[in-house]
Amino acid sequence: MTVASGAAGQNACGECVAELAGVHHRYGDVVALDGMDLGVRAGEVLAVLGPNGAGKTTAIALLLGSLPVQRGEVRVFGCEPGAAAVRFRRGAMLQASGVPNTLTVSEHLELFSSYYPAPLPVSQLLAVAGLEDVASRRFARLSGGQKQRVMFALALAGDPELVFLDEPTTGLDVEARRSLWREIRAMKAAGRTAVLTTHYLEEADALADRIAVVHRGRVVAEGTPAQIKSRAADRRILCVTRVDLDEVAVLPGVARVERNGRHLEILAARPEDVLRILLARDPDLHDLQVTGVGLEDAFLTLIRGDGRQEEA
Amino acid sequence: MAVAAGAGARPGLAHRARVYVMETRAQCLTVARTPAFTVPTLIFPLMFYVFFGVVMAFTPTTPTYLLATYGVFGIIPPSLFGFGVGLATERESGALLLKQTTPMPVGAYLFARVAMALLFGAAVVLGLFLLGATAAGVALYRWQWFALAGVVLAGVVPFCALGLAIGAWVRAQAAVAIVNLVYLPMAFLSGLWVPVWVFPSFLQELAVVFPAYHLAQLALKVIAMDEGQPVVLHLAVLGACTVAFLIVASFGFRRVSAP
Repeated sequence: MTVASGAAGQNACGECVAELAGVHHRYGDVVALDGMDLGVRAGEVLAVLGPNGAGKTTAIALLLGSLPVQRGEVRVFGCEPGAAAVRFRRGAMLQASGVPNTLTVSEHLELFSSYYPAPLPVSQLLAVAGLEDVASRRFARLSGGQKQRVMFALALAGDPELVFLDEPTTGLDVEARRSLWREIRAMKAAGRTAVLTTHYLEEADALADRIAVVHRGRVVAEGTPAQIKSRAADRRILCVTRVDLDEVAVLPGVARVERNGRHLEILAARPEDVLRILLARDPDLHDLQVTGVGLEDAFLTLIRGDGRQEEA
Repeated sequence: MAVAAGAGARPGLAHRARVYVMETRAQCLTVARTPAFTVPTLIFPLMFYVFFGVVMAFTPTTPTYLLATYGVFGIIPPSLFGFGVGLATERESGALLLKQTTPMPVGAYLFARVAMALLFGAAVVLGLFLLGATAAGVALYRWQWFALAGVVLAGVVPFCALGLAIGAWVRAQAAVAIVNLVYLPMAFLSGLWVPVWVFPSFLQELAVVFPAYHLAQLALKVIAMDEGQPVVLHLAVLGACTVAFLIVASFGFRRVSAP
């Protein structure tokens, strides 16, 4: 593996610091990535949003050089992702990863700092991760949220330009999640580029400049949080009508239809368009209700919509 | 792997040395805070030596003989536990994968575990020598003390390789049990607790398959109490075992990195 001097920092996609281009990856018969294209721009927080099994962790593992590239191109700072020069400039927080229970928070941070030529001082790491009070506590005796904050501090140990956070808040309670969000925002304010994977639209919305929605190993939608939310079907229509379920399903803008007792339950991005057609076909339509749905449901319709297009 | 010059990140020798020291320190702290490790490692060889080498020494040469074999007995656990249990645990917790994403040199990781085995092994050997020279009245030439310590401590190499093979394959939950299942029967059958010559003949013949037997014979050669087989045989078996364990370990890691 050779790295040209001076190539680091300048790369094919111009402003991208990390990039997956046409990447396919399979584990035996299981396709994890199916032609994924993903570019991370300098200074942004990119959220990779998708359900479990969408390929998020595989994408991160390829960007970290932990998995060999099977097909396609993976570049970080214009280099091979596992190159030594890259390792000094990036940090990572892996999904469900721990460190030995018997060492204290400070000892872990001192150890990881020693790996880097110009690390952040341990006192600063303790401060940015809110760990000052537990610095001399062993890892085993920390709460779940504190453990995740240690893993976050370890990712920042080398004062990295680029940070990978693979599902940093999975399994945390609301309070611990909010606390980690604050620290991720502070990290972004300090000018670091970050790639964050999550299956919470709320989290992507709260932290990211840009969201890439992944489903079945491909990016199915990409844009600012506002753009992604507007594409997601976020209105629920409930009504009693004699219009057939199958007929409603094919109307433009309808993401999902289900029969719910006497009612039809319809998820749609623009309920006015759907209602106009329904009322024209069924003047007797009654018991009408239009409500907003949670972000999570909206996000589900986004990827379900993609699934149906594939089958069509 | 070539690294770009001018990336500003090329680490100097002092930086690399510091990583090795810090990794070794972390490893020593980790095991020192694990009583399940430290008690059998540090106490058992000394305790057994007091029982069988000092209190119940049936012949005048027994304390001298057991000094060599309990030395071998003493260096096996730190070698097996550091790699076997430590590696299996770090593999399962994801700590190993995380370290592999950092610039930590793999050499530092391996060095730290070998160094820990050497340090704990040296502590046991020192304790045994003090007991032997005082309570048991063992008298050796000065070169014999040093040669005995040197042979015994060099023995961490094949057993670290065996630990690596175990750590690469077994689950963390099972690692302690597996290490003990390998280590205790091997110690007995290799003649580390009682001399092989008191074994029934079929057990004497079986002893030659164990690396611990060959290490013990090399140690016993220093004090002229070995079975008389050539040094080359012992070195060849220990070398072959080391290579075989490393191959088994590398297959284990390949299996791990594959999905």
